[in-house]
Amino acid sequence: MKSYIKSLIENGQRVDGRKLTDVRDIVITNDVSTKAEGSARVKWGDTEVIAGVKMSVGTPYGDSPDKGTLMVTSELLPMANEAFSAGPPSIESIELARVIDRGIRESNMIDLKKLCIKEGEAVWTVFVDLYIINDAGNILDAAALAAVSALKDSLIPTLEEGNKVDYDTPTKNKLPLIEDRIPLTSTVFKSGNKLFVDPVLEETSEVDARVTIGISASGDINAMQKGGAGFFTIDEVNEAVKMAKVVTDSLRKILK
Amino acid sequence: MAKKFQRNDKRKIDEIRPMEAKVGVVPSAEGSAMFKMGKTIAIAAVRGPRQVVPAHKQKSDRGLLRCTYDLMSFSVNDRKRPGPSRRSSEISMVIENSLLPAMDLSKLPYTSVDLYVYITQADAGTRCVGINAASLALADAGIPMKELVSAVAVGKVDGNVILDLDKFEEDQGEFPTDIPIAMMPKVGKITLLQLDGKVSQKELDEAMKLAEKGCKDAQEVMEEAFRVKYDLDGGKKE
Amino acid sequence: MTSKLLFKEMGLVIPGQELAAGMDYLPGVGTLRSGDNIVSTSVGLGDVNGKVIRVIPLKGKYIPKVGDTVIGKVSDILISGWRLNIGWAFLAGLRLAEASRDYIPNDADLSRYFNVGEYVVCKITKISGTKFIDVTAKGPGLRKLGKGRVISCQSTKVPRIIGKQGSMISTIKEATGCNITVGQNGIVWISGEDSKMEFLVEKAIRKIENESHKSGLTETIGQFLEENK
Repeated sequence: MKSYIKSLIENGQRVDGRKLTDVRDIVITNDVSTKAEGSARVKWGDTEVIAGVKMSVGTPYGDSPDKGTLMVTSELLPMANEAFSAGPPSIESIELARVIDRGIRESNMIDLKKLCIKEGEAVWTVFVDLYIINDAGNILDAAALAAVSALKDSLIPTLEEGNKVDYDTPTKNKLPLIEDRIPLTSTVFKSGNKLFVDPVLEETSEVDARVTIGISASGDINAMQKGGAGFFTIDEVNEAVKMAKVVTDSLRKILK
Repeated sequence: MAKKFQRNDKRKIDEIRPMEAKVGVVPSAEGSAMFKMGKTIAIAAVRGPRQVVPAHKQKSDRGLLRCTYDLMSFSVNDRKRPGPSRRSSEISMVIENSLLPAMDLSKLPYTSVDLYVYITQADAGTRCVGINAASLALADAGIPMKELVSAVAVGKVDGNVILDLDKFEEDQGEFPTDIPIAMMPKVGKITLLQLDGKVSQKELDEAMKLAEKGCKDAQEVMEEAFRVKYDLDGGKKE
Repeated sequence: MTSKLLFKEMGLVIPGQELAAGMDYLPGVGTLRSGDNIVSTSVGLGDVNGKVIRVIPLKGKYIPKVGDTVIGKVSDILISGWRLNIGWAFLAGLRLAEASRDYIPNDADLSRYFNVGEYVVCKITKISGTKFIDVTAKGPGLRKLGKGRVISCQSTKVPRIIGKQGSMISTIKEATGCNITVGQNGIVWISGEDSKMEFLVEKAIRKIENESHKSGLTETIGQFLEENK
């Protein structure tokens, strides 16, 4: 027997009365921690994600001696969902962090060259740490939004003699970002032969496949990841990209 | 004439920083809360009672209380690498032991009450703020408690024993002294007691008396959080 | 010393709060005796029934009791029967003999009776410790539920959702035309002609959950249903 939720979706309906293309209410605040270089709390429906940016002085990668470095981590906290357990990161947590990392990295939204302190020796390392506080569905999109918002909120700390960082004195220098490269993410889900966005938790278990799409302000696609054991046709992928563009356009307005 | 001792933020020696408490902040958890003391902020959430994993750890005569405490990476100036540290493991256990005396888990054998406490912003007194958030989260989850355990740290600045040091005060002085204390204030039971530093016996007695007042004050703020949530005046008869 | 009550009936009480002084009163659910006093151990509404003081908790995971009628979701099929998730830490067990009035042959495909993911109205018959919970699906009203919207509520709110003699749930049924079954474990099954009406039932029940401690709830819900039909 097809589940109640699956039947609803195949009729173009959602458990909470939304349309297939509707996104829940989103609120972003940037005052999570004064100790962070930048932070963001995204409340997306009941889903809640916190992102914090920390910067420290590190060594550059061998193949890019004049560029700062970036690292994105994520923790699916056990408090967020009955199914999340404590301990080393699960594959879901790793995938989430890596997809968001690539979205930020491959879009080149951070001007890493401007984070060089001394070529070949010292560069700024940017850490983005994501914490999923409450999982009410669609955590990846919420986390990606939190990451970008936290980066936009970030100020570079003061550098003292000997490359020592004075965290208590932020400079007025924002983290160097290139506005029209900023990627926003929308994941499109498939159930039966219907495509939809922003599932609540109950809908997530009825999903056959999903595709996460990262789109920059200029409209270019700079990240994609298909997940789930189902499949998409070419037409469905194109349809999904169109849906993702509509969603990311509305996210961009909220991010201002 | 000796200069009168004044705290950096002009607080009295027995005055806690401004506090804030909110219950139910993680909707899908059985219970949850946020607690703030000055600039230190903690969130706590409870899942359970639920099955014990791994199964061999279950107890046939009572439920377990298992706490995971940690700092979020960006809660401190020098990024704290995500993942458990020895410090966070010790504090997790200390928090369990501060709450267990107020609980009776004998009616919940084979289960575990799993408690998660995270500091989102650290400005001294982190384990105490964590305990206060945890107490609220347990009560919010409907786990029976004899009363809300509350905690506050006492310290010493310029030879003065004072309540609830902030980070600025903690960094002062030659022998920084940190005495976190948790209590069941209504019955005068101390459930957490740690000390790092240097105090005389008289100073220790002073510290415990200060903590008793502090724990009572903190507990009042915690109780009010439930009244605010349910928008009901207290059940007390006039 | 004469005993006295220290709280307002149906007022909010908090763990550690003194409810009564003196040995005349007895500690009921959600309370304990502390010296000569009775003290609350829960966040809830204080209540006196004769000499017994109890606290009705406002929130908490469902704790199974013998005699409760619950809605369970089939999670495993075994050779000897089924295991159901009733919202407690442990699964409940439904043995072959308790599944149906009809005889179930040994080689029967048990999934044709109750399949994984389906919901069953059943009654708790026995609890050993807290771990082993037996249920039966044989009895008046006990049955497999068909397709419907299933929501999970606070089990502590079930009495308010049902109402005095079923008055609240009847009001909702009449206003929306939906079939509704409420389990003591807080699981509610809703089935109607129209998913909009089913959603309205869900919204009404969430409203009851949030305002269960307030008075005049039946009128509030009645009005809410009228406005949103």
